[in-house]
Amino acid sequence: MLSLIGILIVVVGFALRLNPLLVVTVAGISTGLVSGRGPVEVVSLFGKAFIESRYIAIVWLVLPVIGMLERAGLKERAHETIGRIQAATAGRVLLAYLAIRQVTAALGLVSLGGHAQMVRPLVAPMAEGAAEHTHGVLSEDTRDTIRANAAAVDNIGVFFGEDIFIAIGSILLIKGFLEQNGMAVEPAQLARWAIPTAVCAFVVHGIRLMMLDRKLTRAAAVERAAHVDASTSA
Amino acid sequence: MIKIEFIYVLMGFMLAGIAIINARDTNHPRRYVNAAFWGIYSITFLVGSYLPDVVNGTLVIVMVLVASVGKLGQGKTRTTSSDERAASAKRWGNKLYLPVLLVPIGTFLGATYLKGVLFNGTLLIEPKQITVIALGISTLIALIVGVIMLRPPLLSPIFEARRLLDSVGWAAVLPQSLAALGAVFAAAGIGQVIARLASDYLPLGTPFAAVAAYAIGMAMFTIIMGNAFAAFPVMTAGIGLPLVVHQFGGDVVIVSAVGMLSGFCGTLMTPMAANYNIVPAALLELKDQYAVIKVQIPTGVVLLIANITIMYLFAFRHA
Repeated sequence: MLSLIGILIVVVGFALRLNPLLVVTVAGISTGLVSGRGPVEVVSLFGKAFIESRYIAIVWLVLPVIGMLERAGLKERAHETIGRIQAATAGRVLLAYLAIRQVTAALGLVSLGGHAQMVRPLVAPMAEGAAEHTHGVLSEDTRDTIRANAAAVDNIGVFFGEDIFIAIGSILLIKGFLEQNGMAVEPAQLARWAIPTAVCAFVVHGIRLMMLDRKLTRAAAVERAAHVDASTSA
Repeated sequence: MIKIEFIYVLMGFMLAGIAIINARDTNHPRRYVNAAFWGIYSITFLVGSYLPDVVNGTLVIVMVLVASVGKLGQGKTRTTSSDERAASAKRWGNKLYLPVLLVPIGTFLGATYLKGVLFNGTLLIEPKQITVIALGISTLIALIVGVIMLRPPLLSPIFEARRLLDSVGWAAVLPQSLAALGAVFAAAGIGQVIARLASDYLPLGTPFAAVAAYAIGMAMFTIIMGNAFAAFPVMTAGIGLPLVVHQFGGDVVIVSAVGMLSGFCGTLMTPMAANYNIVPAALLELKDQYAVIKVQIPTGVVLLIANITIMYLFAFRHA
């Protein structure tokens, strides 16, 4: 039971919004120490796992490319492109991206997406651009809402699309685990049973994106009213 | 053979460049703190593979202390004005999309078609990490194409990278720290403790209760670990197989497939899945670091209920 101290540290630390990097490190070292390991062994364990998971950070290599293109007006271009489509709204742009992300992930094209590669340079500016075309200049809060939604769509699309592809990591993990427990299953069977949840995910989140459009319209109306009040009273 | 080590060295050079820019930036409020943070991080990429584990662990701890006690700051990068950007966007038009799209498309093509390709009798690319290597190489190609096309000032890509990485800050390193935490949790047997607690204290007497406990357990344990892959073996061995499948006769394919997806619902709702939830908030410069999670929670909850329903309705059909 004492070994659960790390979880407690994480929960409390995140709730208090302490620096997560510090919280996670303290939790890891405490857990290691209470599980009966010496300090050197714990630091080694932590260091080894950190080094072995360096591959997660490779996505940052894309930053010079994105930065260089932003410098050359990529976001402005994305704004303009979407502005030509009359029917585009923030919710519809994100709905289209959700569909593309789910379908491509289901075909095994998981790498056709990502926050650094697609959302920051393309998806978020397009959604913001569409919203600006319908509602005029966006407040900072509204802009943040749209951006957070763009990031969420990338996640939801890939999570509930990738399992339909038979050779994805999670399907292979399930197959391997069941094999160890003496049960043979086909990846195709597992993948087939990812379809109902994938459909639910598209419907549920799609409805929420349509609701996002209505929320943005309401927020824009409120802001306009506030603006009119301010100008008439002045 | 192109190994992952090659990509790590590239990454190390980029981080070292960012550290140097920070150190030389006299207008930067925290130039040395930032330089130390990215500098140490760069060492873990350049030579981390050759250092003893305990040295790497110490480097990580020093980095964490630098970031938490010293506090990272953000310098001002001389970049283009919004008028210049608008003019450049007009000039280049849709060609600007080319380098961006090269990265994902190149990653996909590389990971698919370079697998097993031989060069001088050895494999061209280390097969185990092929997607990461393909990502690294595609990025390099996109950078070269972009530089040839746009002809920006020579050092501007690395200066722009500094601007972006400084705005992400410590969040850039968090996913790796969480992976390290996961390894410590696994070594300490946290999963087994939790599975035992769940099966001891939850009422699991009916098929529905067992299905709900398994699916919610997958989501909860994923929220704690930040990773459904870590939760799956533990919860499936603890509740999924012994109760839902063996005791109540649930279909093992449906139970395990939908169980994994229940874990993904948890991934949507936790700061522990930092690369999906915290990093994008930093990358998109949101004020609230939990903004992405807040958007995802309603969808995550509804889909968890949907998963419980799907598992309950279909897993026992044959019985």
